[in-house]
Amino acid sequence: MSAPDPRFDGPGPDQQWQDTLAEGAIRLQRCPACAEYQFPPAVLCRACGQVGPEFVPVAGTGHVYSLTEIHTRDGTRNVAIVQLDEGPRLMSRIEGAADGAPGIGARVSAEIRQHPDHGHFLVFTPAEEASP
Amino acid sequence: MTDPLRGKTAIVGAGNTNRWNAPGRNAFDQLQEAAVLALEDCGLKMSDVDGLYCALSGSGLPVLNVAERLGLSLRHADGTMVGGASFLFHLRSAMAALETGLCDVALVCYGSNQRSAGGKLASMPDPQPYEAPFGALYPMSSYALAAARHMHDYGTTREDLAHVVLAARAWAQLNPAAMLRDPLTLDEVLSARMISSPLTKADCCLVTDGGAALVLTRAERAADLKSTPVYVLGTGVAVSHRQISAMPDLTRTAAVESGRAAYRMAGVSPDEIDHVMVYDAFSICTLLFLEDLGFVPKGEAAALVREGGISPGGRLAVNTNGGGLSCNHPGMYGLFTLLECVAQLRGEGGDRQLRDAQLALAHANGGVLSSQATAILGTAATL
Repeated sequence: MSAPDPRFDGPGPDQQWQDTLAEGAIRLQRCPACAEYQFPPAVLCRACGQVGPEFVPVAGTGHVYSLTEIHTRDGTRNVAIVQLDEGPRLMSRIEGAADGAPGIGARVSAEIRQHPDHGHFLVFTPAEEASP
Repeated sequence: MTDPLRGKTAIVGAGNTNRWNAPGRNAFDQLQEAAVLALEDCGLKMSDVDGLYCALSGSGLPVLNVAERLGLSLRHADGTMVGGASFLFHLRSAMAALETGLCDVALVCYGSNQRSAGGKLASMPDPQPYEAPFGALYPMSSYALAAARHMHDYGTTREDLAHVVLAARAWAQLNPAAMLRDPLTLDEVLSARMISSPLTKADCCLVTDGGAALVLTRAERAADLKSTPVYVLGTGVAVSHRQISAMPDLTRTAAVESGRAAYRMAGVSPDEIDHVMVYDAFSICTLLFLEDLGFVPKGEAAALVREGGISPGGRLAVNTNGGGLSCNHPGMYGLFTLLECVAQLRGEGGDRQLRDAQLALAHANGGVLSSQATAILGTAATL
């Protein structure tokens, strides 16, 4: 019998992401070996295979990579894929845009939200300058 | 050097229930009927089947359920579930299993009653906590996000997508078994209800019932059977993500890799293919797959479609049954791409039969552009 490998001790990566957002911080996993950022979190770096990527603080800024508006009887809501400046992408929505949802390439900035069924997650609001 | 698996597997039996709206039949009923039809097609018996490959949207243990219902004695089975592409993954596994003697007669089969059971896409529980908060329509919004990015990068327009829909309908009008055969105009397609921009109701595949099955044997055994064998020349599979936000590039699917592997095994190139079946769950899929499978350069499928290039009489025969957009789509459509290739290569296409079709390519997709599988089939002349 051998003991559990201590490299994997502590809360799992999904739980750490939730715990971080609950503290009001945005931290992405970065690989100590190859410096790649990744999302969603995992026990290993998907780029190089190194075990134990570390959560490091990020600004939560990025741009809209793609966006769809869902049309319902009650109006429209948007679903976006945002690419963070560090590289990883995540699904989210763009809130608070004056003239409807912004286009692909628009700069956005993250805010933390909470929902009883979904825990903590990031939404984005329009930021200033455009990006490619 | 010729790949050792090229042409070693034969599709000897094909079964298609052609029942797209069949209240009173469950998914297993559809599957069983298709399996019986496929075995009768080649003259083998259910008791000859010793390898089973199946996947169903509503069953977590498909091999057990299907083997019990069909009364199979199995030596080999594989219930790989990667969505609509599952059956082409199964085909690839079956090539190896047949060639190595793990089984002698493989049955690949599927059934669905999603239309008559409620008319909504049936999908297995598979929670995605990083997408759930945002209310994306599953799977449609994922494809809409890909379409929006394709428009941004390559100037693709809603009219281009509409021409995909019109081409599928034109083929469906030649197929008496297709579910939607009414004439359709560009204006009608463009004025369809917007659901998840840029995709409208007209950009979505049908929601149908259906059952499909194929019987596979080693090529040398096929000669003794009553049907005309179709040979599996090459296959390739690839998986790139589960959630759409994890797809590396929304305009480039892993069909690039699955296609490359299939062409390599078959020893053919895209310009040699006579007949193409691509999994059109949404109109954007046809454009993506024609590009990623090398029939046109990236970003140029729209031009081909606009000029009638994939419609009846066009330079590339694509989705000749009418596709998921106009023929049928029971939720996991992949097996139907193979069935139509078999029909064309056997010369059983009726009004939509292509002249001198020798090489056919079937391409299937699963999840949200997540799994990709390509198969290249040929007549005896291509061996």
